Amino acid sequence: MIGKKKRYGSLEKTEGRDAWIMMAPAIIVLLVVAVYPVLRTFWLSLHEMVLTDPGSGYPFIGLKNYLEIFNDKRALTSIVFTLKFTIATVSLELLIGFTAALIMNKAFKGKGLVRAAILIPWAIPTSVSALMWKFIYNDQYGLFNDILCKLGVIDGYKAWLSTADGSFMALVITDVWKTAPYMALLILAGLQMVSEDLYEAAKIDGANVFQRFFYVTLPCVKSTVLVALLFRTLDAFRVFDLISVMTGGANGTESVSIYAYSNLMKFLDFGYGSAIAVLIFAVVFIISLLYMRVLGDQITDM
Amino acid sequence: MRNKKVIPVMKQIVFYAFVLFFVGVIVLPFIWQFLTSIKPMSEISAIPAKWIPSEINIQYYFNVFEKHPFAKYLLNSFVVATTTTILSILIGASAAYALARLRFKGKKLMLMAILSISMFPTIATLSPIYLLLKQFNLLNTYAGLVIPYITFALPMSIWLLTNFFSQLPKGFEEAAAIDGCSRAGIFFRIMLPLIKPAIFSVALIVFINAWNEYIYALTFMTEDLMRTVPVGIAMFPSNYEMPWGDMAAASVVVTVPLIILVLIFQKKIIAGLTTGGVKE
Repeated sequence: MIGKKKRYGSLEKTEGRDAWIMMAPAIIVLLVVAVYPVLRTFWLSLHEMVLTDPGSGYPFIGLKNYLEIFNDKRALTSIVFTLKFTIATVSLELLIGFTAALIMNKAFKGKGLVRAAILIPWAIPTSVSALMWKFIYNDQYGLFNDILCKLGVIDGYKAWLSTADGSFMALVITDVWKTAPYMALLILAGLQMVSEDLYEAAKIDGANVFQRFFYVTLPCVKSTVLVALLFRTLDAFRVFDLISVMTGGANGTESVSIYAYSNLMKFLDFGYGSAIAVLIFAVVFIISLLYMRVLGDQITDM
Repeated sequence: MRNKKVIPVMKQIVFYAFVLFFVGVIVLPFIWQFLTSIKPMSEISAIPAKWIPSEINIQYYFNVFEKHPFAKYLLNSFVVATTTTILSILIGASAAYALARLRFKGKKLMLMAILSISMFPTIATLSPIYLLLKQFNLLNTYAGLVIPYITFALPMSIWLLTNFFSQLPKGFEEAAAIDGCSRAGIFFRIMLPLIKPAIFSVALIVFINAWNEYIYALTFMTEDLMRTVPVGIAMFPSNYEMPWGDMAAASVVVTVPLIILVLIFQKKIIAGLTTGGVKE
């Protein structure tokens, strides 16, 4: 018995070392493909580097690229647009996702099919859903005009994608369509872990529907919802595919990622483009720090 | 007495009406897209819109494969997404095991590092990877897309697998060690078989994410024949025309396999999606 225990003891002794050996391949790969590029992007952002102008010798210019952002009207407009888009989509997705999850949080016939339907918008490529919706918004043959006209919401067909407000609304609807169901799914999973006893107890104590929601449901699913929210915020802030395919950034729908991409791959201005990319990285990093705080306790449990 | 019966029935009706509406809004664009893909040309551009086609036209489906190298797009996407998935699970599984079940200093830091890498915006790694791939002549090659895909697929695999590993009951390792198993033996002979269903969940999610990726594919695969599906489809419109029928047919071709995948594996996908956020 003692001998056997000793043998496990020897495994225990090497636990720390073994852990690092097992993680080594992943750490090396991530350092090469993820950490190095981000550091290099930062380094590039400190240089004047337009690929079409190699004669400049790509000099080091410090923070000049960053200062330029604040004088660049197009950059500032894209930041404002991205913030507006993020706030609009995330709050709508939360509202719709939460409501749908609350309503569907019970056993009913056809639940499996509903769940499958929810997963489909999540599973298809964003570029495909953007094309689908682009056709729906078409000014002449689109479904959107057809339905709204038949319902009497609008008098005549509108060219949704050729005005700023129309484009903004179209993008928000498409994004909400793709991700609110996914949000509902995550929140539903969280709701299913709230014990039925808690509701019973609250009912016996005379709590009404709203009180049960605010004092039982909400505290129980708070971390799930926050996690889902922060993930969505990150995604919305990085938005690229949807806008690139649907409007190409026209009519004031240029997001920061689209603008950074134009600078990098169209104007081949790697210095300035990288500076905007670093800015996006910084914002995303701050949002993910929030996420870590929410998840912090769970991580320590592991 | 009558009220007591009527109210629950009313509630049921309202409930199912809501569910129907919810699912209807989700499904409607797909139905519309499918109908568009089988309409005769004149009915696609009918004003007001004609919902049900008078005859079935499958010409657009031929166009998708004849006018565009769509089969090649599908192959490219498949090769890249499969390779990415296999590689990131191979590299990620042992790391996830260590993170979930071994005690060592710096664990919390590692977990946080991996989580933050999984959130790196694509745009922030784009230019250096582009320069690297160009330097090594890897633009327009499968390797040249798999490598950047690892940046999001590997941390995602590690994170999800770590959650699954830590859900296994404690004490397995002790029992195995008492039987004389080595660390490698425990990992390969006991833990990996136990985690097999979870690996499948994670693989599905990583695969779908790699299949759908857009920015890297747009940037690093510039030759038409090397494009992946999401980018290939987005390139259908030319300066002169919007081939709505072709695009509708192409998106049906892409969506149908995904719908089948989701219908078969929805429980597995949901298990994978919900494990990251709602572990209590």
